[in-house]
Amino acid sequence: MSAGAVLFYVFAGMTILASLGMVLNVRNTVASAMSLVVAMISLGAIYVLLDAYLVAAIQIMVYAGAIVVLFLFVVMLLNLRTDVFPVTRSRLPKLLGIAASGWGLFAFLKLLHGTLPAVSPAPEGFGGFRELGKALFTSYVLPFEATSFLLLAAIVGAVILAKRRID
Amino acid sequence: MLVPLEHVIALSAVIFGIGVVGAVTRRNVIVILMSIELMLNAVNLAFVGFSRAWANPTGQVFVLMVITVAAAEVAVGLGIVLSLFRNRDSVDVEEVSLLKW
Amino acid sequence: MVDAAAGVTETSLLRWIPFLPLGAAAIHGVLLGLVRRPLSRRGTIFLSCGAVLASFLISLFAFAELLGPEGPRVRVDNLYTWIGAGNFSAEASFLLDPISAVMILVVTFVGFLIHVYSIGYMDDDHRDDTGFQRFFCYLNLFTFSMLMLVLGDNLLVMFLGWEGVGLCSYLLIGFWYSDRWNAYCGMKAFVVNRIGDFGFLVGIFVLFWALADVGKPTVAFREIAAAFPQIADRMVTLPAWLGGAEWKLATLVGLCFFLGACGKSAQIPLYVWLPDAMAGPTPVSALIHAATMVTAGVYMVCRLSFLYAAAPGASAVIAWTGAITALFAATIAITQTDIKKILAYSTVSQLGYMFLAAGCGGYAAALFHLATHAFFKALLFLGAGAVILAMHHEQDTDKMGGLARAIPRTRWVFLVGVIAISGLPPFAGFFSKDEILLTAFAAHSVPGNTWLYGIGVVTAVLTSLYMFRLYFRTFHGATRLSPENFRRVHEPSETVRYPLYVLAVFSLFAGFAGFPQVYGDWLGIPDSNSLAHFLAPVLAGGLHDPGVSHGEELRLALLALGAATAGLVVAWWFYLRSPDLPGRIMQSFHAFWLLLHEKYFVDEIYDALFVRPTVWISDRVLFRSIDAGLIDGVAVNGTARGVQALAARGLKYVHSGLTQSYLFLMILGTVAIVGWLLR
Repeated sequence: MSAGAVLFYVFAGMTILASLGMVLNVRNTVASAMSLVVAMISLGAIYVLLDAYLVAAIQIMVYAGAIVVLFLFVVMLLNLRTDVFPVTRSRLPKLLGIAASGWGLFAFLKLLHGTLPAVSPAPEGFGGFRELGKALFTSYVLPFEATSFLLLAAIVGAVILAKRRID
Repeated sequence: MLVPLEHVIALSAVIFGIGVVGAVTRRNVIVILMSIELMLNAVNLAFVGFSRAWANPTGQVFVLMVITVAAAEVAVGLGIVLSLFRNRDSVDVEEVSLLKW
Repeated sequence: MVDAAAGVTETSLLRWIPFLPLGAAAIHGVLLGLVRRPLSRRGTIFLSCGAVLASFLISLFAFAELLGPEGPRVRVDNLYTWIGAGNFSAEASFLLDPISAVMILVVTFVGFLIHVYSIGYMDDDHRDDTGFQRFFCYLNLFTFSMLMLVLGDNLLVMFLGWEGVGLCSYLLIGFWYSDRWNAYCGMKAFVVNRIGDFGFLVGIFVLFWALADVGKPTVAFREIAAAFPQIADRMVTLPAWLGGAEWKLATLVGLCFFLGACGKSAQIPLYVWLPDAMAGPTPVSALIHAATMVTAGVYMVCRLSFLYAAAPGASAVIAWTGAITALFAATIAITQTDIKKILAYSTVSQLGYMFLAAGCGGYAAALFHLATHAFFKALLFLGAGAVILAMHHEQDTDKMGGLARAIPRTRWVFLVGVIAISGLPPFAGFFSKDEILLTAFAAHSVPGNTWLYGIGVVTAVLTSLYMFRLYFRTFHGATRLSPENFRRVHEPSETVRYPLYVLAVFSLFAGFAGFPQVYGDWLGIPDSNSLAHFLAPVLAGGLHDPGVSHGEELRLALLALGAATAGLVVAWWFYLRSPDLPGRIMQSFHAFWLLLHEKYFVDEIYDALFVRPTVWISDRVLFRSIDAGLIDGVAVNGTARGVQALAARGLKYVHSGLTQSYLFLMILGTVAIVGWLLR
């Protein structure tokens, strides 16, 4: 097994543990957010291993650097220290859910096995910002511009929703 | 490719499942939003995996779109959480059950 | 356009005969029902009486045209094709031939007189004005229906009129509906009629089926008559649940139609509605239950004479039913005390005579008696109405007597009617009844026809007896009124009296339309029986010659005369000479008298056998169990309650209001769909 593969499984494990940490952490919302950061970063590492360099960079910058920070801002703004409420009223739905997901996953993988087409080799420069930039500004320029509208709308919406009432 | 595609997809599915469980189970609205982010990330991973497998940059372009949307969604979602907190002084999702029968 | 081969002329005149009264009725209907602006009394009179008068004048004109230079032709007024389906078509068209000409003249003429009479009679109505107008509306509607019936060119138009007169009969019998009993009598008439109508419909269906089988699907009379020989002898096998017997088609159809005639023309077993129909106003009794509606059955039999001529079995049934009904009703009439009831049973009896004639092949004789009966029965009913008015709505003859001094003019016209119905010459009834008896005597194709003749003679005696009994008890003898009540008795107004005079004249002279040849020979008049000659081309058997010698005919006439006189004498003896005699006879034969007086308990028997079980089934089974219980309870309310239970006790909990449950369900749904798509 190559070093890259080993790294992949390591980071994969880290991602899973971090996600579990985020979901299962009942005490502290900030701790959950921290776990989320770890998950994001490990995913970024996995992206690198999968030759998606620009995506990895953006993942770290936007997700770990902006989105989770935003989460933390809000947590601190609301001064939420501890989760005083329990997860659910009863354990049963939780266990059921986990069991169902496990089964679903197993079924899904079984389904996939052998149906995927063969892997093709990656060309030179694949995943780099040049290649991606080319694709983004030629074939996909319309979605690109559309997202700017989306962001504009989101900004306006967020401002209105979060604004302190002045009156 | 370093690892078989199935493994990448499997990882994506596991993370997605964890995200679902988090979204359905936790009562803190902020944690729910974080779980949703996790789900989106899982999907991104799948996109990247496929993109690498078939040497098609479209997958990665789409990932950029998803990240953008996720960012926007978090911004607005947290704005909603702020309004909710201001009205009810709590971020417990079970406080918003006006549509109950 | 003249169809020279068949002698048929097209015209657009005939439609106005029924449509003018329809228009009047429609105007009344709109004014009363929709616009709610009733017409003034005068307006109503002009509209309604005017419409019927116009109908009569057009009928006269059409009739005159029919008597044109080439002899009676047939005139048809085809409005449009009512039903067109493949090679079958039913036209909305009217037919004027000798039979229908006689009928429309009788209907419009007598109808008009009764309309005039009603002006005076219904004036007494203490309701508000719409009672008066409503009455004329219904009368017009009835006239329309009756004219449709007799002018119809095919069985469907005729059936339309058939049902229409049934409806109008119901409306008019129950006219004063605030009294429950009147409404009940109206219902009874309608329901019993409907039973007959079922027979009529079955007849139409079987006939049509047979005709369609030979490739000539039609319901038009002329076409049926032309094609009938092909199917008359066909054998029809009834289905197993009806006995599985084989019947000759003509007989089967004839009997089915005759059932309809029994309902409409009040023969046994469906006559029970007619006496109770007297609950309606007297003009109604005169028009519908004496002169027109009840004659529809006779008309129908004569219209289908070709069918009955080919069905000796059915004809025999008709003759015997008619004779027995005539005798049966006459025996009841001699014990009744209500003026109108006596006249009602008399009508049933006279209708029996008409069917007796028709069954024996004397269709012209039946129609002759139909016409004369229309005149003198209408006269009698209207006269009775005048008496009732004079007595301030008292109908019981037990409370009358000696009215001849108080209302002389009414008394004289009533006497004319009585003499006419009893069959004393030279009044109309003598000739028409004679012809019927002659036909019965000579009908050797009908089994037991001499017995039929005998029954006819006995009934003639009884007819004379009960009519003169009625006359004497009402107008003669010691009065049973108190002196002050007697002083209050007065003649009715002119509009009531003048129609009586006209009808009296016709009751006197109408008989000469069918002047038998035997007398014509004495007076040197060839073809003296103008009516029979007029009708001959369209009736089966043509100029029905009984094959009886002149001498025999005279002997039979004398016998009939004797019978009538015998009745008169007995009545005179019993009610004028020794008035206590009836009372004593009643005492000695009390049980027998009771049987007759209570109309043989037929109503009670029908009630126990048919009415009660039907009502019980309708109420208990059909209404409570099936309709209210099953359909309403289980199907309608049950489904509602089920859905409600499902929603309130089950589905409601889906809406927990918790976002996370909703999310969970969404995910569940998505997984299910994806799973199914990837199956």
